[in-house]
Amino acid sequence: MLKQIEGSHAIAGAIALCRPEVICAYPITPQTHIVETLSEIVRKGELAPCEYVNVESEFAALSVAIGAAAAGARAYTATSSQGLLFMAEAVYNAAGLGLPIVMTIGNRAIGAPINIWNDHSDSMAMANAGWIQLHAESNQEAADLHIQAFKLAEQISVPVMVCVDGFVLTHAYERVDMPDQTQVDGFLPPFEPMQVLDPADPVTIGAMVGPEAFMEVRYLAHHKHLQAIEAIPRIAEDFAAAFGRRSGGLIDCYRTEDAETVVVALGSVVGTIKDTVDELRDQGVRIGAVKIVSFRPFPLAQLRSALEGAARVVVVEKDLALGLGGIVASNVRMSLRGLQTSVYTVIAGLGGRAITKAALRAVFLRAQEDEIDDPHFLDLKWDMVDRELARWKETRRSGPIAENILRELGLVGNRVH
Amino acid sequence: MFQVRLHGRGGQGVVTAAEMLSVAAFLEGRHAQAFPSFGSERMGAPVMAFCRIDDKEIRLREPVTHPDALIVQDPTLLHQVDLFAGLDSQGYLLLNTTRAFADLGLGEYVASFPPHHVCAVAASELAQKHVGRPLPNAALLGGFAAVTGRVKLESVQAAIRQTFAGAVGEANAAAAAEAYHAVENN
Amino acid sequence: MTQPVKFYQTGTFTVGNRLLDPEQRTVQATIERNNSLTSGHRACQGCGEALGARYAVDAALRAANGKLLAVNATGCLEVFSTPYPESSWRLPWLHSLFGNAPAVATGVAAALRAKGRADTRVLAQGGDGGTVDIGFGCLSGMFERNDDVLYICYDNEAYMNTGVQRSARTPPAARTATSPAMGEHPGEAFGHGKNPALIAMAHGIPYVATATVADLHDLEAKVNKAMTLQGARYLHIHVPCPLGWGSAPCDTIKVARLAVECGLFPLIEAEHGELTEATRIRRRVPVEDYLRLQKRFAHLFREPRDETALAKIQAIADRNIARFGLLEEAT
Repeated sequence: MLKQIEGSHAIAGAIALCRPEVICAYPITPQTHIVETLSEIVRKGELAPCEYVNVESEFAALSVAIGAAAAGARAYTATSSQGLLFMAEAVYNAAGLGLPIVMTIGNRAIGAPINIWNDHSDSMAMANAGWIQLHAESNQEAADLHIQAFKLAEQISVPVMVCVDGFVLTHAYERVDMPDQTQVDGFLPPFEPMQVLDPADPVTIGAMVGPEAFMEVRYLAHHKHLQAIEAIPRIAEDFAAAFGRRSGGLIDCYRTEDAETVVVALGSVVGTIKDTVDELRDQGVRIGAVKIVSFRPFPLAQLRSALEGAARVVVVEKDLALGLGGIVASNVRMSLRGLQTSVYTVIAGLGGRAITKAALRAVFLRAQEDEIDDPHFLDLKWDMVDRELARWKETRRSGPIAENILRELGLVGNRVH
Repeated sequence: MFQVRLHGRGGQGVVTAAEMLSVAAFLEGRHAQAFPSFGSERMGAPVMAFCRIDDKEIRLREPVTHPDALIVQDPTLLHQVDLFAGLDSQGYLLLNTTRAFADLGLGEYVASFPPHHVCAVAASELAQKHVGRPLPNAALLGGFAAVTGRVKLESVQAAIRQTFAGAVGEANAAAAAEAYHAVENN
Repeated sequence: MTQPVKFYQTGTFTVGNRLLDPEQRTVQATIERNNSLTSGHRACQGCGEALGARYAVDAALRAANGKLLAVNATGCLEVFSTPYPESSWRLPWLHSLFGNAPAVATGVAAALRAKGRADTRVLAQGGDGGTVDIGFGCLSGMFERNDDVLYICYDNEAYMNTGVQRSARTPPAARTATSPAMGEHPGEAFGHGKNPALIAMAHGIPYVATATVADLHDLEAKVNKAMTLQGARYLHIHVPCPLGWGSAPCDTIKVARLAVECGLFPLIEAEHGELTEATRIRRRVPVEDYLRLQKRFAHLFREPRDETALAKIQAIADRNIARFGLLEEAT
């Protein structure tokens, strides 16, 4: 049914339809509306049987989900940024144990400096922990990906994180077609665990593995991701058949057929990129875009097919590997090994800085002329940076960096006199 | 695409206003996107919200820098925040005030707009009268419907009733209607 | 570090009664006060935490002869006091993460010792979420090692800055965004929750006290007492949040006082695990007088009234009064 609702409410509604049996909640901006809505749904008796547990930290949240999944329950939690890092040990643990937990990441920047706005530093920090990682372009896709996520997680026995841009999507009101319970029940069967704590059939979960077998166990975890490369498109097809719309998959191509320049990105910025591509196409520029939905497993072969015809690729990403540059770009370059394609990195939107169509237009046109610095930092205020660097040169005790920059931005500075 | 930017302070329902506007457009079968922009402070801080309305899917994800319409819920922001940045000269401006634009130092500015594009709405007073609290958002949306004609009063009222249950919804819908008629008759 | 301050004579409960001897007046009463949390911060109207923080830090700073470093957990206080591009703090101040303030403070104290600067004291502070939930492990570690840190918890009984979600300090039946007033048992469940002051006492640390923004003299006296001691010290201050509690901003002090007078927030002191003081209730009131002023309990009073829940809350207050002897004649 078509509804005009807030992204987090659409996500909570989709989760509830998947009949989770244990939901653990710890608040962190910007995912709070999701867990709050679920709390109301459970309280009103609209989702039962479901245990809703308010925990004392994110580490506890994922730990509760781990216990629940090991005991055979469909488990869900949500977090962002600092919270994802606080549960980092549990993130690796859940993947290593092969527990099919689904978790929403309301993408938010990681401090220091503390920042509540959107970028992908959080999910990038945990990208190699072994979870399948899917990114939503819109709130419709966000709702749909969660439904697909449970099916995918349980089929392969691997946890899945669904990444939804904080504020940009979580707090945006837009049109979402919410499925009904019958549709979801038809698509997602009850959870049949690959391993479970059961007195009738005791197993030991969480053994120590030494050098004699660790490599094999890790390879098998990697193998699950290779299986996911096959499973993800299949589940997206099943979803399209059951719900009547396309959502998810590994990647999605937009006007790439004869494109000389292809832009690659994850998440909500793809929407703005599509508008920019349309404008440039109207001007005769042969440009297209590829959306990566599945960042892990990384669709090397599929991306290669989509990009090999282009002269150049521009990766727009909301993250930065300090000391290296683009993370997504590095992954994309792997898919193009052996080819002469130029891959440019555009670092944009860190800490919630707006990514505008105007700025993207300008940078795509420069890339087209191969006149772009690499990595290119979109809309960076270089004069502010240069002034701070000058301060470093001038005096040893130049002060906390963030505070100096902020004092520049403000009309008044603050110093205790 | 029609783009609206709303300004106010935390606690005045600016974000809710944008959301209700998007629901009103949705009820008319159109696509709409509403989202907030706020800092980490709570009550009283300047808040902006945005609403885009279009007849096809809205894919753009950036703040509204060139609004077609501006709604200002709190006139105390007038000389504190750059409210009018990017407002098109053919655009619409609704200001929650009982004072004349000239008294607010805006006489010359509003004269540059097409007639009937700029409107003062006594929204807080209307809200106080109908709802008993000076929350101006519903009334301003009624005024918006009248001044821009981009959305029907009935849709605005339906959106209001969806957001506020029972008597509160009715009271806000009444405030919106009174604002609508006051603007229409001007 | 002075700042001109205007005072108004409004009664015996206020800042500095000019009938008191100068030595008995509060730090807040003097223009010499540091105003450690100075004006311009972005706290809501009527914020109990902003008040409590200024009271406590000014007192601690004076007791430390101006040599005090503060470590703050993530939360309302940290957020509203350091809004970009400004800071309200008038002392050296560090914010690291949500759950590690006690541990970071331990580190600061260790560095000062290593550098022979132990006359500079360390204050750690956080809200109830950061203290009793996510920071609990670090807090216990700081207590166990007896690190020389005064930890102050500003307790507004929920995660306020992220939108009023429950914490382990949320009182039974209180409405929050994750313990909504719906279903069979509306609000936070009975039987949940922790008492960090008692937990601190169980660690046997040199000093533990509870205080409230409704009693400035008592709060300052407890800070002063804590600052005369070395080792791990814990101060738990009750700070109403008008937004989260649904109380009127002008009622903050009144609500805080009623919490004490009904017995739900006992004022106690303890040293090395032994209770040393419990402030007698001057004028006892039923819990209802306290609860009625807060919309987070409004669902208990809607017809039909939830007499069961109200009786259970009253029983909690009665137990506190009995346990700490809050109505007994002082000996």
